[in-house]
Amino acid sequence: MADIVPTAAEDIPSAEVAEVDLYHAKSWWTKYVFSQDAKVIAVQYSCTAIAIGLVALVLSWLMRLQLGFPESFSFIDASDYYQFITMHGMIMVIYLLTALFLGGFGNYLIPLMVGARDMVFPYVNMLSFWVYLLAVVVLVASFFVPGGPTGAGWTLYPPQAILSGTPGSEYGIILMLVSLALFIIGFTMGGLNYVVTVLQARTRGMTLMRMPLTVWGIFVATILALLAFPALFVGAVMMLFDRILGSSFFMPAIVVMGEQLSYSGGSPILFQHLFWFFGHPEVYIVALPAFGIVSDLLSVHARRHIFGYRMMVWAIVIIGALSFVVWAHHMYVSGMNPWFGFFFATTTLIIAVPTALKVYNWTLTLWRANIQLTLPMLFALAFIVTFVNGGITGLFLGNVVVDVPLSDTMFVVAHFHMVMGVAPLLVIFGAIYHWYPLMTGRMLDEKMGKFHFWVTFIGTYTIFLPLHYLGILGVPRRYFEMGDTSFIPDSAQDLNAFITVAALIVGFAQLVFLYNLFRSLRHGKISERNPWKAASLEWQTAAYPPGHGNFGEHLPVVYRWAYDYGVPGAPDDFIPQNVPNNAVAESHAEAPSAADDAEAPRT
Amino acid sequence: MNFFREITQKSWLPTDGPGDEIRDHGAFALPQATVGLRVFLVVATVLFLLFVVAYSGRMAFPDWRAMPEPWLLWPNTLALILGSVALHGASLSARRGRMDELRTRLWAAAALSMAFLVGQVLVWQELFALGYFAAANPANAFFYLLTAIHGLHLLGGLGVLAWTVTRIYGGVEADQFKQSVNLCAVYWHFLLVVWLVMFGLLSFT
Repeated sequence: MADIVPTAAEDIPSAEVAEVDLYHAKSWWTKYVFSQDAKVIAVQYSCTAIAIGLVALVLSWLMRLQLGFPESFSFIDASDYYQFITMHGMIMVIYLLTALFLGGFGNYLIPLMVGARDMVFPYVNMLSFWVYLLAVVVLVASFFVPGGPTGAGWTLYPPQAILSGTPGSEYGIILMLVSLALFIIGFTMGGLNYVVTVLQARTRGMTLMRMPLTVWGIFVATILALLAFPALFVGAVMMLFDRILGSSFFMPAIVVMGEQLSYSGGSPILFQHLFWFFGHPEVYIVALPAFGIVSDLLSVHARRHIFGYRMMVWAIVIIGALSFVVWAHHMYVSGMNPWFGFFFATTTLIIAVPTALKVYNWTLTLWRANIQLTLPMLFALAFIVTFVNGGITGLFLGNVVVDVPLSDTMFVVAHFHMVMGVAPLLVIFGAIYHWYPLMTGRMLDEKMGKFHFWVTFIGTYTIFLPLHYLGILGVPRRYFEMGDTSFIPDSAQDLNAFITVAALIVGFAQLVFLYNLFRSLRHGKISERNPWKAASLEWQTAAYPPGHGNFGEHLPVVYRWAYDYGVPGAPDDFIPQNVPNNAVAESHAEAPSAADDAEAPRT
Repeated sequence: MNFFREITQKSWLPTDGPGDEIRDHGAFALPQATVGLRVFLVVATVLFLLFVVAYSGRMAFPDWRAMPEPWLLWPNTLALILGSVALHGASLSARRGRMDELRTRLWAAAALSMAFLVGQVLVWQELFALGYFAAANPANAFFYLLTAIHGLHLLGGLGVLAWTVTRIYGGVEADQFKQSVNLCAVYWHFLLVVWLVMFGLLSFT
């Protein structure tokens, strides 16, 4: 905790949000199960997301086993493989990453960081989680219905998604579409809370430009999600009509196994447009919260203000806006007017400008900073490297002429795993190591954490760097097994086996991480207050970890941005957001020697 | 809110004194529920717009056969218009504190909205009887889809309206339900506009 304490705020009225009656739990059930407290909802969201994410992790092992050692596992056939691919992708992108970043971190951090007692509509917020849980249950149910879950690929392209040759075309696809619709309804309930809380429930002094970048990232990502998810909803509902009622929104006239189906005239391309109008913003729905969180991790653990805060905010907003005009770069191989290809390639490459700006600013934040190689910092650094790698291959694929030959190869798999799989997950890990003490009052075990970090970081590179190479060789994606090909050398199979071993090792490291999470709940080192000496409001609560209502009797008043680190003369090298200037001045007068001792006063 | 001024703030510069950035309200000088509803209406607008885009895209294909327009859609539309008007009136009554008038208008709005929904189901039955199934033509399928989505939105609104009515009969303070009635009215106007656009689209294409 800082040595500076707020002292001169008597004349400043406290910033109570008068309109909302703070919800008070009346029983164990309403406190821990049907809770309306955003912090509890955040934990519920996170645990559910991680649990379903574990299913997706196991599915990835099964996929890798098949790819690394084909014809060795009798329990995996081609249909199983397609089901593994589909469910792995869908779970990771939607049910894990989106839910964890927005439902998990959003719920926990937004009210605390903006100085609110809770979300503005706590009841709707609670409903959001339960509808999300229902969506997850429906999704899991598809594993147990006849025919199993859908194997249509996570993009669910019609016509194949609902034709009999595709696994899960009986019930699996129906449950998947219903689950997606439920997820979107649940998310919309949560999303309204996140947006309105940021807009309307900030405490006094918390102007938009004093918000930590974490909040900015989650805020803009939520707006993207609120505007993009309806496209998926429309696509899902229309496909449900096609599948259940036999309409032909997306289904063209088609002959299956010699039999003419009753469909006619539908447009599969229409579905692709709807899907990717959601699908591309989805990348940034995951990336923007990661951008925001990593900015805060870097700043806190490098004891230096974030470089170019204002540019960082604008970049988040610009990236969010641009993400709505690039969707068709996922459809180059579907065929389009060359001018459209030119347009979408151009907009895609333009996104690199604000994104690169963010990377420069992260790097410049570290320049001559007092870098503490804590676990959150290690993960943040690993994110920058990984995001740059994944982003650069994105520039390759953004060009039509490069994308067309690479589109159906492992190169694309490697690219998107680096940029929207590994990179955001590294941030999630860093964020958990960073905020775990705030949530539980205990530190995560550092030795296990270091093991987790190094195996994950090096391990993911041993998985995905060779995968780029395989892609350039021409190894196609979505293939159950390669068989004999004239253009791919046999040694490619050795590389595939190597990747599988690496994937299993990385998977094991995640289990160590989970063990650490549970073990530290009871046996972790007791955390001191504000162990990272962070300036943002979530660490300045009256109770630690923060209790019901987040703050004490009065909400904090904010006097500065969240990045006053390495401040010359500040006793603990930083000034929390709720410390007024005159308190800083008094502190200087009282403790002149502190200025000499302050670490890293370089700004 | 002067958004441009807000996002150009140089927040890293020290301010002159404590509290000089203090604001009295959020980004908008509106109640939170109003902002919440407006954000939701933006999301719902995007949803219906995307349906319209999909409709227009699919309509261009040669197999499109326009549906007949059941006459019952006109009285249904009238019921929804009157429901919206009744809720607007209820909002005015709530503001003026005329409780009896408020109750009558709320019940009228609820009854008219229910009549609209029942009417829509009757239209479906009529079309089924004539053989206009969803599988027969995309125009038919769109009709069922759009009316169903619109009806579900109205049904959700009726749920909130029922909750508001319960609060009024439960003796909640006028200040507390005034806002709820007003927000219901705004939502009904929105759904009316959406229906008029949908009705126009379905009738003229």
